[in-house]
Amino acid sequence: MNRSITALAPAPPKAGKKGRLSYKTLRKLVPYLYVTPATLLLVLLMLFPMAMVLRYSLMDGAIMKRDAAFAGLQNYITIFQNPVFWQSLYQTLYFTIMSVVFHFVLGLAFALLLNTNRVNPTIRSILRVLFILPWLFTAVIIAIIWRLLLDPNGVVNSVLMTLHIINFKVEWFSSTSTAIHALTFANIWAGYPLFMVSLLAGLQGISKELYEAAGIDGANELQKFWYITIPQLMPIIISISLLDFIWTMQVFPLVWMTTGGGPIYATEMLSTFTYKLAFAQYEFSLASASAIVILIISMSVTYFYIKHQQRR
Amino acid sequence: MNFRKLSKTLKAAAAVWALCAASAFADTTIEFIQWWEPEMPAGALRGIMDDFEAKNPGIKVTLVSGPYATTRDQIVVGAASGTLSDVVGLDGAWVNGLSKQGAIASMDELMEKANYDKSQIADIVKVDGKSVMFPLASFVYPVFVNMDIAAAAGVETMPSTRSEFAEAAKKMTDASKNQYGWVLPLSLQSPSGIQNDVMSWVWSSGASMMKDGKPDLENEAVVGTLEYIEKLNKDGVISPGIFAKKEQDKVEEFVNGRVGMMVDTLAHVNLIRERNPKLNFSISALPAADGYTGKRGMPYASWGIGISEGSAHKEEAWKLVEFLMSPEVNGRLVSIANAFPGNVHAKPDFVTSDPIFAEAFKIYQSGYPANEFVGLPVAEELMRNMNVELQKMFDGGQSAKDAAANTQKAWLAKF
Repeated sequence: MNRSITALAPAPPKAGKKGRLSYKTLRKLVPYLYVTPATLLLVLLMLFPMAMVLRYSLMDGAIMKRDAAFAGLQNYITIFQNPVFWQSLYQTLYFTIMSVVFHFVLGLAFALLLNTNRVNPTIRSILRVLFILPWLFTAVIIAIIWRLLLDPNGVVNSVLMTLHIINFKVEWFSSTSTAIHALTFANIWAGYPLFMVSLLAGLQGISKELYEAAGIDGANELQKFWYITIPQLMPIIISISLLDFIWTMQVFPLVWMTTGGGPIYATEMLSTFTYKLAFAQYEFSLASASAIVILIISMSVTYFYIKHQQRR
Repeated sequence: MNFRKLSKTLKAAAAVWALCAASAFADTTIEFIQWWEPEMPAGALRGIMDDFEAKNPGIKVTLVSGPYATTRDQIVVGAASGTLSDVVGLDGAWVNGLSKQGAIASMDELMEKANYDKSQIADIVKVDGKSVMFPLASFVYPVFVNMDIAAAAGVETMPSTRSEFAEAAKKMTDASKNQYGWVLPLSLQSPSGIQNDVMSWVWSSGASMMKDGKPDLENEAVVGTLEYIEKLNKDGVISPGIFAKKEQDKVEEFVNGRVGMMVDTLAHVNLIRERNPKLNFSISALPAADGYTGKRGMPYASWGIGISEGSAHKEEAWKLVEFLMSPEVNGRLVSIANAFPGNVHAKPDFVTSDPIFAEAFKIYQSGYPANEFVGLPVAEELMRNMNVELQKMFDGGQSAKDAAANTQKAWLAKF
């Protein structure tokens, strides 16, 4: 390691030249030079836009007014006084928590199925492809698929009516009582493969000896699952759950392309609420304040993620 | 390669580079952002630009094209960051916001400088007295009727009044066959259904939603229209799934023969024919309130054109606007796009060759183009406000009167 730094560091300066850094100082600078490109990119592409949004959120009529003035926390007060914001926040949390929980449950169930030796290897290979399919579709395709399936004249209603489970055409995305659940369901379907793939990799890494030892001690399958599988998978479960929480909270395309936040405000999420403020009302300051709120919620989850990573 | 040969090669390369660079710097390149190119046959708009470049040596046009929604977002961001293209394709719904933001220029001075004959322009959209947009091509919205469904239901004449329309819609509805009389798209993602499918009923009866430049939504005509549409919904003649339906879903249902009637743009005629060549359909003017005999307002949407305030090449941009608005080019463009011209002297060829367009032209000439959302502040948001209130009305949460009153309240806050 020392040898490579020495090799990369410039040669010792000639003695007697004024204004040039000493060899010792240059050597100290080398590590910083290594991280400079990444730091510059981080500042330009992440910190600068974030600082701009924060600045806009403290201004009155940012972007739209040439003489936009400092407005303090007024934009935050305005959005906090908007009942649609609180409804969006509640619905975002419902959508996110339900999605993460079911992503985990489905992901784990499918990962266990793909990991077991009790299923024929050919069938397992076919299932592996089938189960991962939703992950290959873009949000647009997912939105189109579910809009067609859940159309009042769509396949889902047709099947449910044939089975006499329902006796009228449910307007899944058009009814205030079903829209949020239909949307969450579509998102669960679209997102479980992330858990499935990660947990499957985790399952394959668990030592078989642990199960053999447990078997000798007389543990049944449920006990093995509870006392070996789950603890062994816990680091992956926590990491993926936190990441999934952050990503799901910011979901925009699926919501926008299926319901647009409606009917009324039944599926309004913080992302659609913010988008409408910016691109329909041209209230960029309010939109920035709303975006900062999303950032704070995401960062609070990120804090737990970092803490968890540090503990590991 | 010896040194002399290398030197010669380098000199030749330098000469070629200098020549290219000189010609590149000699040309003025202007950007033209719009959503029209993807909606026209491949290469059609570029061909018109090539003709412009041939007639105006020294000016090159770069087309910045994308779908409608993407273009709108790009224009909003470009206006905010001061990087808006020189020539801008505009929708009437955006004009007020962009003008107030100082993003689009007044064309009055440019017209004056060029001694431009304003009388040849069918309509000039003004904000605060400044001419900021010319509708280049207008797409009117008549009622499309599936003639086979109509004939099977015993509807013999095209509905001309609201009562006739309601009656025809009832006859055409057969829920057991998933067949409905009318389709109404009220998705919040794109709330243009309010303009095209709801308020158009007000304008077709010669009424208005505005008074002295302010919203007037509690008037009898608007409330009456909302009550009429609510009644259609209660009668079960509207295809289900209203709140999640978008314009493309509406067209899809009509193409598939699942609805008997829809209010739609003439721009979709070719699309409908392509999707279902066997579909037997016709068009008629939007029905008016019973007993109304005056001229009928016909809803329309435009491909508008304007110039960016931040453009460093306003004169060149004006030349392009002038070129596109000229009778010959405007006629050519609207013939390709199946639209009505922005220049009163332009003659699109489709009105004589196609019976549907001939009928549309007749309707167009017997009425007047009406779209009161053009030039209103945050027009799309106004539509969305009304959309939410209408959804509450359809959901049984409020009456038509309350929906109108609540929309009025929301709109006044935006004016």
